[in-house]
Amino acid sequence: MTLLDIKGLTIDIARDTGPARVVDGIDLAVMEGESLGIVGESGCGKSLTMLSLVGLLPNRIRATGGQALFGGRDLLKLSAKELRKVRGSEIGFIFQDPMTSLNPVIRIGDQIAEALIYQKGLTRAQAKDRAVELLALVGIPAPEERANAWPHELSGGMRQRVMIAMGLAGNPKLLIADEPTTALDVTIQAQIVDLVRELKDRLKMSVVWITHDLALIAGLADRIAVLYAGTVVEDAPVDAIFDRPTHPYTRALLGSLPTLAGAAMERLPSIAGTPPEPGRRPPGCPFAPRCAFALPSCREAVPKLQSVPGNARHKVACPVMLEANV
Amino acid sequence: MTALLEIRGLAKRYDIRLGAFGEKQAVVRALDDFSVDVVEGETLSLVGESGCGKSTTGFAILNLQRPSAGSVRYKGQDIAGLDEDAMRPFRRDLQIVFQDPYSTLNPRMTIGEALAEPIRFHGLAPKGEVPARVARLLEDVGMTPRFANRYPHELSGGQRQRVAIARALACQPRFIVCDEAISALDVSVQAQILNLLLDLQEKYGLTYLFIAHDLAVVRHISDRVGVMYLGRLAELAPSQALFAEPLHPYTRALLSAVPEPNPRAPRNRQRLVGEVPSPLNPPTGCRFHPRCPLARDICKTTVPDWREVVPSHHVACHAVTGPGRTNWEGPA
Repeated sequence: MTLLDIKGLTIDIARDTGPARVVDGIDLAVMEGESLGIVGESGCGKSLTMLSLVGLLPNRIRATGGQALFGGRDLLKLSAKELRKVRGSEIGFIFQDPMTSLNPVIRIGDQIAEALIYQKGLTRAQAKDRAVELLALVGIPAPEERANAWPHELSGGMRQRVMIAMGLAGNPKLLIADEPTTALDVTIQAQIVDLVRELKDRLKMSVVWITHDLALIAGLADRIAVLYAGTVVEDAPVDAIFDRPTHPYTRALLGSLPTLAGAAMERLPSIAGTPPEPGRRPPGCPFAPRCAFALPSCREAVPKLQSVPGNARHKVACPVMLEANV
Repeated sequence: MTALLEIRGLAKRYDIRLGAFGEKQAVVRALDDFSVDVVEGETLSLVGESGCGKSTTGFAILNLQRPSAGSVRYKGQDIAGLDEDAMRPFRRDLQIVFQDPYSTLNPRMTIGEALAEPIRFHGLAPKGEVPARVARLLEDVGMTPRFANRYPHELSGGQRQRVAIARALACQPRFIVCDEAISALDVSVQAQILNLLLDLQEKYGLTYLFIAHDLAVVRHISDRVGVMYLGRLAELAPSQALFAEPLHPYTRALLSAVPEPNPRAPRNRQRLVGEVPSPLNPPTGCRFHPRCPLARDICKTTVPDWREVVPSHHVACHAVTGPGRTNWEGPA
């Protein structure tokens, strides 16, 4: 069953010189109980796509086209009041930096309780109890005591656990995790990743994991969508992405990734150039100027996602690679 | 192998005041007893988690923060604790590149002015030749000379990091500390900058101290790697040996926490419980003992010696005696 179905989403930044397109016609679906990884570099539109669903886009950035069907409604058409209901109770969010997301002058138990009182109509006492339960659920030791702690008294890893508890407070069907471990050390990252994976199974949620880290997502996602310059260039089950990466960008990204396994090479293969700025997208395929396989035709029309022969779930926006069948 | 820098017993302590009115005094031991010879032409990497003292080490070596104890011998002279005037002739040779070039480049200076400044300051070229020198620096880091007229905000993150490297190169240094120099960059750009650093090392015979938290990156570019935990070196070995056969229990845990880009990689790896303790109040004995799967009583009381258990492979651990060998049987 499809839980979320994004079709033809476009997002523009209002600039003095006119609108600049940052998300350019994204199609993306999330199934029930699925863990979807959205991978891409800074500015590819991975965070904006997800923020647009719950009306959290920054000033001057607006969803200008497409639809996002969730529970029979188009999220892009909901009023601010309706979206407030969706946020937290149906779609939970975890962000990168828990210190800036937590209110420094409210005890963490009260911050979690606030959402429960507001969203679920619990009494203050009920909400407090539930907050302690949630803190226990995310593996915070001595949750009754920690509920009275201030955010600054917790370590980065513990603060991120609190954020996860808040994200889960409304029993959402979909949890969107936007680079939640980027600011954490690798041993703490491993703990948080284990936690989210376990909670997803236990609470039967869908999780969308937004990241720039291909290695991290390999152990987390059922399916991966690779974004480049505001478009989905490849969308496939996780095994297919790593075993048979097909889009030249996906291949180059995997090729330039240093790893702990295999031979240590001195020089890493790199991708020349940089991604295009919003508003300065080249015509045709946005990756064409950096692509080693580009043909003149690539610079004419924006390629559409098409299935790889023999695997309908593996979709690639590159006619050159599909035709070459490599 | 000649040592470019001989570092002995380097330490950095910060005296701080706690409490709402600063009534309590405390000491943060950010770096303790750091001794290494940095070999000419090598890339020596320091890895470890936040607060392990790896950046402090870089600052203390360059005397950007005056070390509390220890010596750094360069060209026969101990530069640790020299004042700014006495330090100036050494500054040229010993440079640093930071993580965030946006905060280190003056936003009101063009790239050309930013690169000309160190050349003028150290009197490295006659006035008329400065623009040509700037152009060559830009070419060295893979940029066209026309960037000299641009401002930092007009550049991408990767281009700004190239400028920061060019600025370090302007003084024709022998040693560069790269303090998380590629950590803020996207994967595709990160590989470009790493390759640039390697090219420049070959061209100019540079020696790097590469400070990073990304172990996969470190594995690819280092000759030797030091692993730090709470202000102390835990292990130091040639890169190949360290990644093939990590000896210290902390190194082993750290490596097993690094995600692999392989969906079928085993998931039930060794997990460290708990978090890094505060350097304000570090554990007694071996600082890793509260989280160590091998810890015994001696680890709680006695700081382990720095021992060479395999040629050029050093470990600070009571338990480890060699590859796959410990002083005691099985996990505690």
